[in-house]
Amino acid sequence: MIKAEQIIKSFKSGDTRVTILRGISFEVRKGEFVSIIGRSGSGKTTLLYQLGLLDRPTSGKIFIDSFDVTSLTEQERTAMRLSEFGYVFQDYALVPELSAIENVMAPLLMQGMSRHEAKTKAVQALHRVGLPSRVNNLPNQLSGGEQQRVSIARAIAHNPKILFADEPTANLDHETSLAILDAFHELHRAGQTIVMVTHELDYAEQTDRIVTLFDGQVTEDKRLTTNN
Amino acid sequence: MSAKKLSYRISNFFAALRVGFFLAVRQVRRSSLWMNILVIAIMTLTFLNLVVVSGVLVGLIQGAVRAVQEHYIGEIFITNLKDKPYIERSTNIISFAESLPSVRVVAPRYVEGGVAQSNYKKAKKSGELREEAGTLISGIDPIAEDEATGLSSLLIEGSYLEPDDFDQVLVGALLLRQYLEFDSAAFPALEDVGVGSKIRVTVAGNTREVIVKGIIKSKVDELDRRIFFPEKQFRSMIGRNDFNVDEIAIRLEPETDQVAIKNAFLAQGFGDYARIQTQTEAEPKFLQDIKKTFNLLGSMISSIGVFVAAITIFIIFFINAITRRKFIGILKGIGINPLAIECAYVLQALFYVFFGTLIGSVIVFGFLEPYISAHPINFPFSDGILVVPLGSTILRIAILLVVTLVAGFLPAKIITRQNTVDAILNR
Repeated sequence: MIKAEQIIKSFKSGDTRVTILRGISFEVRKGEFVSIIGRSGSGKTTLLYQLGLLDRPTSGKIFIDSFDVTSLTEQERTAMRLSEFGYVFQDYALVPELSAIENVMAPLLMQGMSRHEAKTKAVQALHRVGLPSRVNNLPNQLSGGEQQRVSIARAIAHNPKILFADEPTANLDHETSLAILDAFHELHRAGQTIVMVTHELDYAEQTDRIVTLFDGQVTEDKRLTTNN
Repeated sequence: MSAKKLSYRISNFFAALRVGFFLAVRQVRRSSLWMNILVIAIMTLTFLNLVVVSGVLVGLIQGAVRAVQEHYIGEIFITNLKDKPYIERSTNIISFAESLPSVRVVAPRYVEGGVAQSNYKKAKKSGELREEAGTLISGIDPIAEDEATGLSSLLIEGSYLEPDDFDQVLVGALLLRQYLEFDSAAFPALEDVGVGSKIRVTVAGNTREVIVKGIIKSKVDELDRRIFFPEKQFRSMIGRNDFNVDEIAIRLEPETDQVAIKNAFLAQGFGDYARIQTQTEAEPKFLQDIKKTFNLLGSMISSIGVFVAAITIFIIFFINAITRRKFIGILKGIGINPLAIECAYVLQALFYVFFGTLIGSVIVFGFLEPYISAHPINFPFSDGILVVPLGSTILRIAILLVVTLVAGFLPAKIITRQNTVDAILNR
């Protein structure tokens, strides 16, 4: 489903060039729940951004369903992010002026759905993540866990091919983190492909596969369950 | 471009507009009330700066023009031809004017150059000059003149002339030292003269000792440096027995076409005996020149105002976009077309400029313009009014709108062009 080939990402920092990803190659299959772990600075989030077309690799290629997406224009990448991917960011990343349901509706409206259709889908997505009430509340009126549920609902409302999650439990307490993880497992059981960055080994061990990064390279790729 | 691709682009464009509107409405509705008030207040002040500053500048001169028209030339002003000492066939011209139904009142005037003297009975020291001032002296029909130009309303001291008054005059304030705010050899003035004072007036070789019955002050130099006699006495003083006058001010009924009236006079052949001018043609040339100059100055100040407005609005929206950079990045990240984000900012700009100009227009047209018209600003040489023609105001609103849209669009464009990850991570 998604394949990375020799991904290198480097930044210019002052006069020096810092390389974050050093030739990463790996593949995620349809329906897989993959977690990417590693120490801080190992390149987990950077890798997720490359896979999710939020950033361009310095070199290397990314294929989605065997289609090379590396050379897509910015407009085409935006369109692909809208239709094919879902994102859950570390700090919820909800738009503060939009209510919970409006945050979920915005990308649906962008896809050209009618207001009614977008609202129906948003309500369904919020139900799926266990947030049937408080949908008209603004983000600052919701708890961290509720905000993250809204963020997940926004990411899955349009049935994306792949769901990318960047440390989705980082700012949550243990109990809420487990609930969020349950929501991911529920989606996974329904067939959703998920790529999750986490620094919690306990949570990673609940996924199908753990890809460990160290200093911008894959040091281990461990399959925990068989996935067809 | 294939039809499918074109159709996709068009539907994407409209979806972007729709999402832009969706975001803009909520951003305005849910942002701080004080922030909205502040931005609208800035837009209102920007509008006022564009309209009022140039309006007052032009109104300063327009006030002077209006005073000249109102108190001196009327709607049609008839004077002697350059090579003639007075208006020939004046009685025919006056009779014709009075026969026209759209003519409200006709005020003929005799005008001659003369000299006024004061304190002439005081013993002068050797070498000391007499207190005298060369001036124009007018003979008027007090009733017609008052109806035409409201001369009695310009009295600041004393009382107005009666048709049968004899040896009594009205004196313009600029001929009297106590009303002259400057001391210049070019403006000789009479000392210690007030209502009841006796002055000596010499005109056409005749000298009369007359009593000052009233003093007028109008901010129209042509009036403020004149002495007014009732026409009966004045006519005999200058020996004008043919009733030919030097000036005729004609007031018309409202909305009367001045050019048509002028043409009616010309059609009668009066153009051969007198110079017949409409209100605009009769405006003193220096006022016309100053009017053009102040119009130009007003346009320059407005241009600077537009430039300052553009920078102000740009800064407001740039700060707004910078503080929301992370969310703009997130919106892009989840696939919202940058056009939708730019559209949201442009629509917000539109909202602020709409309410800013609406409030500004209410202030200008509902309060400032009528108030200043009723209570003109007391400038030294004119009663300044606020000139805000609808056409130029609409033009200024359009300019402000365009400037605001560009100033709202550019910051959003700058931010949406940034790398998505950099925006999300605020780096």
